[in-house]
This record gives sequence, C-alpha cells and structure tokens, in this order.
Amino acid sequence: MRRLLPLLVGVLCAFGSAARAQAPTGGAGENVVQRGEYLARAADCAACHTPPNGQEFTGGYKFSLPFGTIYGPNITPDKATGIGDYTDDEFVAALQRGVGRGGKHLYPAMPYTNYTLMSREDVLAIKAYLFSLKPVHAESPPNALSFPYNQRWAMVFWNLLNNPDRRFQPDTSKSAAWNRGAYLAEALGHCQACHTPRNFMYGLDEGRAYGGAVVQDWLAYNITSDRDSGVGAWSDDDLAAYLSTGHATHHGSAAGPMAEAVDHSLRYLTQPDIRALVTYLRDVKPVHDEIPAAKPVQADALGARIFREACVSCHALDGSGRQTPYAALQGAHSARDPNGTNLLQILLRGGNIATGGPTAFMPAFGGEYTSEELAAVANWTIGHFGQRGGEVTRKSVEGVRPGGPGSAAQPTPGG
Amino acid sequence: MPATFSRRGLLAFGLLGGALVVGVRIPLRSARAAGPAPLMPNGFIRIDPQGAITFIMPDTEFGQGIYTSAGMLIAEELEVGLDQVAFEAAPPDTGQYHTAMRAYVSPLLGEQATGGSTSIRGDWKRLRQAGAQVRTMLIAAAARQWHVDPATCHADRAEVIGPDGRRASYGSLVEAAAAQPVPDDVPLKPASQFKLIGHRQPRVDTPAKVDGSLQFGIDVRLPDMKIGTVLACPVIGGRLRSVDEEAAKRVPGVRDVVRLDDAVAVIGDHFWAAKQGLAALDPQWDEGPHAGLQIADIVHAQAEASDREPEVIAKEEGDARAAIKGAAKTVSAAYQMPFLSHAPMEPVNATLHVRSDGADLWVGTQVPVRARNTVAQVTGLPPEKVQVHNYLMGGAFGRRLDVDYITQAAAIAKQVPYPVKIVWTREEDIQRDLLRPYYYDRLSGGLDGQGRITGWTHHGTGSSVMARWQPKGMQKDGKLDPDTVEGATETPYGIPAMRVGFTRVEPPGITTAWWRGVGATHNVFMVESFMDELAAAAGKDPVAFRRDMIGDNARARAVLDLAAEKSGWGQKLPAGVGRGVSLQLSFGSFLAHVLEVEVTSRGEVHLRRAVVAVDCGTAVQPDGVVAQIEGGLIFGLSAALYNEITVQDGRIQQSNFNNYRVLRIDEAPRIEVHMIRNDEGPGGIGETGTVAAAPALVNAIYAATGKRLRRLPIGNQLVGA
Amino acid sequence: MLTLSINGTSHQVDVPDDMPLLWVLRDVIGLTGTKFGCGIAQCGACTVHLDGQAVRSCVLPASLAQGRDVKTIEAMAQDPVGQKVQRAWLDLEVVQCGYCQSGQIMSATALLTTTPKPNDADIDAAMAGNICRCGTYVRIREAIKRAGEA
Ligand code: FES
Ligand code: FES
Repeated sequence: MRRLLPLLVGVLCAFGSAARAQAPTGGAGENVVQRGEYLARAADCAACHTPPNGQEFTGGYKFSLPFGTIYGPNITPDKATGIGDYTDDEFVAALQRGVGRGGKHLYPAMPYTNYTLMSREDVLAIKAYLFSLKPVHAESPPNALSFPYNQRWAMVFWNLLNNPDRRFQPDTSKSAAWNRGAYLAEALGHCQACHTPRNFMYGLDEGRAYGGAVVQDWLAYNITSDRDSGVGAWSDDDLAAYLSTGHATHHGSAAGPMAEAVDHSLRYLTQPDIRALVTYLRDVKPVHDEIPAAKPVQADALGARIFREACVSCHALDGSGRQTPYAALQGAHSARDPNGTNLLQILLRGGNIATGGPTAFMPAFGGEYTSEELAAVANWTIGHFGQRGGEVTRKSVEGVRPGGPGSAAQPTPGG
Repeated sequence: MPATFSRRGLLAFGLLGGALVVGVRIPLRSARAAGPAPLMPNGFIRIDPQGAITFIMPDTEFGQGIYTSAGMLIAEELEVGLDQVAFEAAPPDTGQYHTAMRAYVSPLLGEQATGGSTSIRGDWKRLRQAGAQVRTMLIAAAARQWHVDPATCHADRAEVIGPDGRRASYGSLVEAAAAQPVPDDVPLKPASQFKLIGHRQPRVDTPAKVDGSLQFGIDVRLPDMKIGTVLACPVIGGRLRSVDEEAAKRVPGVRDVVRLDDAVAVIGDHFWAAKQGLAALDPQWDEGPHAGLQIADIVHAQAEASDREPEVIAKEEGDARAAIKGAAKTVSAAYQMPFLSHAPMEPVNATLHVRSDGADLWVGTQVPVRARNTVAQVTGLPPEKVQVHNYLMGGAFGRRLDVDYITQAAAIAKQVPYPVKIVWTREEDIQRDLLRPYYYDRLSGGLDGQGRITGWTHHGTGSSVMARWQPKGMQKDGKLDPDTVEGATETPYGIPAMRVGFTRVEPPGITTAWWRGVGATHNVFMVESFMDELAAAAGKDPVAFRRDMIGDNARARAVLDLAAEKSGWGQKLPAGVGRGVSLQLSFGSFLAHVLEVEVTSRGEVHLRRAVVAVDCGTAVQPDGVVAQIEGGLIFGLSAALYNEITVQDGRIQQSNFNNYRVLRIDEAPRIEVHMIRNDEGPGGIGETGTVAAAPALVNAIYAATGKRLRRLPIGNQLVGA
Repeated sequence: MLTLSINGTSHQVDVPDDMPLLWVLRDVIGLTGTKFGCGIAQCGACTVHLDGQAVRSCVLPASLAQGRDVKTIEAMAQDPVGQKVQRAWLDLEVVQCGYCQSGQIMSATALLTTTPKPNDADIDAAMAGNICRCGTYVRIREAIKRAGEA
C-alpha cells in the first residue's frame, strides 16, 4: 500500500449520485483526538509519512518513481519542518483537493483522489490527532524530480483532470454497514489504488474494479465477489480474519504491501468496521479471470530439493505451517498464481508481518540462491500447494530481483 | 571446572537450583588445597590419592576428537583405559605450574594454540613420554614397597601388578610415587605393542553431546549473570555516533546499554530482551574511511598486483621462466578464491565477570594465553588475576584462533558489575567475522614434446594472516608469510624448474584470519586445478599425467593409485557425469581424492561420490581420521559450491544461512575413505579433507562439462552455460 | 505469565508473548541442550518437539507453545525412540563438535517416531533443515537407518 503510485487515479464512480444521506462518520472513540487517531490509521497515513525504522509521522519515507525521488513529508505539528502552521482550511484543502499551503499542489503520491471523499469533520479529526502529537523537527531530504514533474504548476492540470473535489455520497438503497464499508474502502483505505488495474491513461480500469493488478512487482489479488477468481468463495469469517490479522486458514498469509497495510492500518480497525468492509467487498461486481487450466504437477527435483532444505523448517513439507499458522502454504493465494508474482517477491526480499501478536517473518533468499533455483522452488510450490502449473522462469526471477533490470522496488534495507 | 568430564558423564559440574555453579579456581590449585597432594609430575596427568585420574589436555576440542586421540597417547603409556579417565582443558600456561616449563605450548606452533592440524604431530612424543614417565614412577613405587625388581612388574588398567600377581591401584601409590625421581626419556612402546593407538576407541566427549548435557561456552550460566548482544559498526573502522538508549530501555528485560568506540551492546535478563533492545537502538555511525569499499575494487587491486613483478620469491629452482619460454607448449591461467566466513555452528560468545581484584573468563578459545592476556590488557588487571575457563567449542575452523570477540566482551564486561555473557547473533557472527583471505593467483607452465612439465611459475596475491597474527613467523626479513605459499612450494611432483612467489596485498577495511586448511586450501586448489589444465593441454589422462610427474615419491603414488582404483577411474560414465582428481601432500599426510559429480542441463551440480585414499602415517584413532576427512570434505565442498563473502559500500553483504548457504544432508555425496596403514609418524588430518575438496570439484566439473572454472565459488557459473 | 509444559514439567514463566521458545528454554528455564545457531529457522540447531513434531524453537513464540507438550533433548534419554537414536549416534560415532547434534537428534527422533523405517528420501525430507558445519551428514544418515533397525 505504501510505495504505490496512484498516478492519474481515476474518478471513483461507484456511488449513487442523488443520495443525500450523511456520510457515515468514522470512529470508535468519543473524543475528537481519539477519533482522529482511528481515522489516521484507517487512512494509513503512517505508511508514507514514517521513515524506515523511524519515528511515526516524521516523514522521510522515500518513493523512487520513474521520474525521480520524492519523500513523504513530516506531518507532526512542528512549525518549521512539519505541518504546525496549517490552518483547518489549509489542511482540508490538502486532503480534499491536493493543494498544500500557499497554493502549492501536492504530488500525486498522496492519495487525495480518495481522501477527497472524506467529510470535513473527519479530515479535521485527523488534524486534531496529528496536532496532539509531539512536534518533531525533521527535515525531509529535498525531492529530486526531472522536468516537467518538478514543476508543481503542472499538477494543476493533473488535478483538473483527476480530482473532482467531491465528498462521499451514501447509497440509500444499501445498508448502513455497506455504506460504512464503502467509505472505509474508498475514502480512507484506498483499496482500489492497488487492487484495480490501470487503463492506458494510468487511470483505474473501472470495468475491472477490484479485479486485481500488479503494483510494484506485487500482485494485489482479485478481491471481487467472483467465486473462482476473487474472494467470493471465502467465508465472511475468513475474510474478516485476513483483513484484521493478515492470515486466514487455508488462504495463506498476507505479504509485502498487503502485510504492511494490515500492519499499519487494518489491524487497528474495530470488528464492526472490518465486518462493514466485508459487506462492501461481498457486493463488488465479480470480475472473472481465465486462469489457465491446471497442468499436471511436474516433479521438479531441484525445486523439491531447495524446498526441503531451506523452506521445510517453517512451512513443513505438507505446507501445513510448522510453528505458526502464518507459515501455512496450503491454499495460499500466492501459490495459486502461476506467475508466482508474490511468491518471488517474498522469496527474494523476505517479509515481515506484525499483527499485534508475535511478528511473523521470512528471511530473504535472493542473495544466495540462483534465479534458476528460485524459479524451481517457486514452480514446485505452485504445483504442490496451488495445484497449478507454475510458469516461473529464470528470466522472470531476474526481472524482479532487487537491483535487477525490471525491478521496481528498492532492496529492503537490512534484508 | 567447565570442561571437566569423563566418559561416565559430567564430573565436576554442580547443578544447584537449576543454576550451574562453576568454581572460580583452577583445578590444579583447588585440588592441591584439599588433602594429600595428587601425583602430577608433568603437566598432563593428575592422579589423586582417591584414584581419580585426570588428563589435562593441551589441545582444545572443537570437533576433531582430539581429547580422545591425544588421550589415547597418554593412556597407551600410562596403561589406563580411556573409560578410567576424566579430561580437563589446560589453563593458560606461562610456565607457572610445574617443572615442565610451558608444558602446553605446541611444539609445532611455538605457543599454546590448537590449529594447523598440528595437535597429534606435536603430541606424538610428548604425551606418550608423559604417560611413560608417570607409569615408571608408579611401578617404581610399587616395586619398592614389594621389595622386587621394577622390571618384574607391569601395569594394566590403572594398577601395578607384581611378579607374584600382587596388585596395587594407582591411587594407593600416589604418595610413594611422588617420592620417586621423575625419569627423563623413558623408552616408549614399539608399535607392535600398542593396545589403544591404531584401534578404534569410543570418543570421550560424545555421550555428553548426545544427551544435551555438555556445556559449550554459550551455555554458561552463573548466579546473577545477565546476557548481552552486540552490534558493531557495519563498516570496519567506523565509530558509534549516537544511539536511542531510551528506546532500548523501554524493552522489557533490558538492563543496560553499553557503548564502545565502534560498537554498542544491550544487556538484558535474556538474549531475547538484549536482541530486541538492540533492534530498538537505531544506532548512528560515522562510517569512516571504508564506507565506499566495494568487492570489485579489492579484486581489481589483486589482479593488478598479480600482473606486476617482482613478487617475494619463496622458491626458485632452475630457470622456470626460460624453461616455459622454450617449451613445446605453454599454458597460463589465473584463479580466484573468495573471502570466506567461518560460521561455526556455535555463534561467537564470551562470558566475563570483571571485578576490581580479578576477572574470570568463560569461553571457547583455541588460544587460552591470548584470551587471558587480552582480558588483562582491556581491564588493566595483571594477567595472573585473570582466570580462563576454557570450554569445548561448537566448531571453530580457525575463528577462535583470534580473540577479537573476547577483547570486545571484556570492554563491555568491565563497564558492568555483574557477570555478563555476550552472544553474537548469527548476523554479527558473519558480518564481523575475520575472513579467509581473497586469493588471486597466476600460474604458467611449459610442456615438452612428451607432455611432461618442464617449468612452472606460480605467483599468488592476497593478504598475510601471519603478518597480523604472528609476525615472528614471517620469513625473508619479514616479507614472506610461509602460509601464503604452503602447498605451492612443496608439491607431490618432481618439476625440474620452479618459481613460486607471493605479493602481499592487504585489502582495506577487512581483517583476514586463519580458516580450515590454511595455506594448503589456497595453494592445492591452484596447483591441482593447473595440473588438470596441463594434463588437458598434454592430451593425457589427469591421473596418468600426475603419476608421470610424481617421480620417486612412493607415498604420493600409492594414494593416487589407491584412489584411482577404488573409484573405478577410467570407467565410462553417463553424459553429464564426470570425475575429478586431486592429490596433495599437506600437514605431513598424503591424500588423493576422486570426486564424481553430475552437472544437470540446468547447471546444477550434484555431488555423487567421493573416494579418498590417505596415508597419514600412524593413525592414532583410525575412525577419527575417517570422520575428519568426511567432515573436512563437506566443509570444503560447501565453500567451493556456495560460499563467498562480498562487500558493498564497506559492508559485508552476507548475514545468515539464508544467504551464506551451507551444504545439507541431501546434497552430501557418499564418501569412502581408504587408509594406507604404516608405522610412519602421524601426519595432520583435520584440514586435509577441506584442502582436497575444491580442486577435485572443479576438475570433475571440467570432466563432466568441458568447462574449466577458475573462480570459486561455483555459484551460478554453470547456469545457462 | 505463560504456563508451559516442558519435558513433562509445568513451568510458569514471566516473558513476553512473542519471545521465542528457544530463549525461554535456554535463558529462563536453563535447559541449554537446545542450541542457538541462526535464529531464522535455517539451521535446525534449536529443534524441539511440539506435540511430537519437530519445530524450530527460535521462531516459535512461546505463547504458541502453551497448552502443548514441549520435549527437548534433555528428555530424549527417556523417550524409547530417542534412546535408540542416541545409541546409534554413539555406536556410529556421528558427533564431532556436537553443537548441531541436539537438533539433529530431535529431528531424527521425530522422523523415526512417525516413520520407523525411513528410506533415503524420508531422511532427506526430515533432515535437510538441519545444518551440520562439521559435515557429519554421512554418519547421520547411517545412524538413522541403524536406529530404525534397532
Ligand atoms: S537457531 Fe533455530 S533454526 Fe537455527
Ligand atoms: S557436529 Fe559440529 S556442527 Fe554438527
């Protein structure tokens, strides 16, 4: 969720036009600061405004974009380096219209095309929360963008095209839970930013909303209600468990950006809110993918060997997961993708997921194992646990290796 | 005492309320303090009046089985069974204990150290002599009591037996024996009378290793002890700038944060607290001059040096360069071997209690005197106030010939009032290891019309461990480190004109160290790879080519022939399968190795079968010889296939077994070891298998694929090839 | 406060929920036979039995061991299969430095408990997660087969 680039994010149009009901207000808490904290979690502000291993909201998180590098700014109430001088209107303008102080247009790494749907009341609650924090003096490194992207005025046109500046309109034909879920998913959680594919203009392909997309080398799965390609066959409990803990029995564990989303954001949501998200997702129009017919599982001696040596200690030979359910591979989404998109990411870079309980982690194997070996173990895993014919090749591994030719993400610091 | 145990189980450990109570006095003194004095005329044997027999081991144990085989040397002459004996690690010896001045100094290494496959060679005479000395005194004492001629008495299983069958236990003779003169140069048994030497004995250290009761250094537990872990600047030469101490102290169980110049330690109630605390510290470093160091620059510097002359010449026989120039055929090649980590199974650790009046060190070390001295130096205490409790080690492979980790632990321990155990994470163990040097060597050779070698030059480059570790050992006015040419100057072959030299190139920002196989792992790889290239150029079979060049070295020829025969050398093999050979004369042992590999169409290497023929003279503990060769081979094959340490921006890039890969059981080849038995003095064995691994591997890959690999590790060099 | 059943004895330990069982065993309870080698489930030195299954205690949060039966190397002399394994280990002189061997014996015992006569493939599958830097693999394989015959 972090690191994603909602460039030219299209207008969301899932919402009925004339509905007049109030946008549901957010939050579990009664006072505005607590409510703001909850909303800030739901909107996952920390993901982009916290430096790696650093103090929350002090900025400096680095986005390496095709046209340069930008940094998530400090959003603690420090006057010199943070947002201490923002008035209410200025803060609202930033979130709802992508306009910063002094009329500067914000770079579109900030998902204000989603945040625009938030009510002013909620935006100000977030502000109240941020202003309750200790101001931290922390200068972000200067952005380094190439022309014309370093011209903030160019953003005016971008915003004209892409940011309608409109609030969430509830659909009165739907339940309160559905509307709450829609608000959480669309205004705050910006789920589509990853899970909806892009069209040729890099806008969202609305015909395939939530139909799954590859973002920064990770596959954000099809989470429509399609029973085969999406999550239609999951039970409500499984979906809820996955969202709040990053793991559901027989569906595997979240990794990569989704693990971060759980870690920073989703795990803090109340159960009613999680259930509301489930209600909303259940209603998303099914998108069906033609998945290549299962090929017979090939016996891959090399893949089996690597799995036996380096993987069984945690995953167990039968994929049941040895010490923690997070290590279960049976039914794991990642093993059902013949291209092994996410499997390769986690093999190459390792992973980490904190869900309030013990942290589950996987070390990176990209450093020592050859692309040939990683392709073999990925295909073996897909064949064995996904019951599909894996199509991972040495080339496809090389393409996403940290530092490799096609790799989008930076190598994870410290492995 | 920590490392005291016998085959019957642990002797001197006391378990009290779950915590191990370890005496703070060394055994020699404490034993003397209680009751009548034990018999201890030399440094290696102590017999107390109650009959307990203890061997004090000059060599440290880290898997070689040296307690058993060195113990057999004493027991053979003392006439006791290993099952009647307890074992103890020798304390740091500076000659203060008894007449046998500095008894524990290795005769081959010149200091109290275990390494270089020297133990049995160094012990062969002195330990048998020690046993014979004590036996002679016991027999003399008994004979005197019985008024018989000592020549009519003999000893067996810790008893003296008189001419009429009378028996006296060793314990009962202790006082009387102590009054006997200590004899010098007692005649030793001929090989024909050996009861133990050459016969398989159960290892003395293994029962406690299979039931989990043996305590390694990392297992030390002391009253009030805390546990710490440490992070040094990831760039050597860097300095600690700042840490977020408060964040670490918020972690439950964290007690103290201790800063050093170039590192920071967190100490807690348990390792987990310390580790979590360390993760919270967010240390900032001044990375210093090596922050821009890249592996490619190091390799480049060595490649350049290997092109440049003059090197320091270690051997010049005939005019090798002229011989090559005038040869019918010439061959030249450059080979590279990477930096390597030791990664012993037991991560580096040391436990200290530093007080104003003295210090105790509980540690596994190959060099107890150095260990003691560094603690003295760091704490400012006199060396004799530092007690070293030396433990059995969970592997060492040369890592524990250095005391950097003890120095560091002492610097931490002196800042806290309680005993502290410093345990490195595996990441620290690899990233702050002292590395086996990088070698870049060029070899040239000439062949005559019959395909025989006429001249040979070998120019190596790399760093010198000796210059850092033991400058006294340098030769040629301090310019030549003999280890850098070990195995290059003395080959099993008779080559008419030879020139061998070395150029020392010290990589910046990296400290190099001894590694299993030392100089021989380096040079035998070079020499035996090159022998194969010459054989190919001569159009000859690699075994036949070597046999032709051996000349009159009968022991070398015998192991080569035996390995060839047992491996079925010359048989037709399926496509993709090949056999490679290597021959070596190292550590005083002759060894030939034939390795059979299969290289798949994807470039994976399967190790199928290794056949080794060895002549190490007298094999004291034959099964131990086999075990050392098996293990040494696997250690060497693991490195040759997978291992290298690389550096980017001054940082070591490998960190744990996920990226410093180790050979596993399903990859290990079948191994057969065939021994040639004779009564020659024993040769060293612990490192020979490691030496033999890499050359036979690349030669086998060549046989299987026609592809000559000149750079280790094999890694993915065959993929897509 | 966690309640753990280790080698048949119940222990109350006051440790964080996510503290790996390895450190509870070694540093809190004092059972040092279980070794630390890597901390990331790559070497097997820390292998213990959890309800009879071989698990890596360095990545097993202690809280997940609650209510389950933990066995360590210290209990193997009382385990009928463990005894056979230890015997075979001594008879074939498997051990070198010994540091990995607690883990090897725990993995081998778990294997032989479910598969009394393992073939080479069974041994590979059960034992490939256990590293031995001393390279005792050849003998480990033989000793497992020997213990299976005993
Ligand atoms: S310490 Fe647990 S697997 Fe290595
Ligand atoms: S016996 Fe030393 S690591 Fe296995």
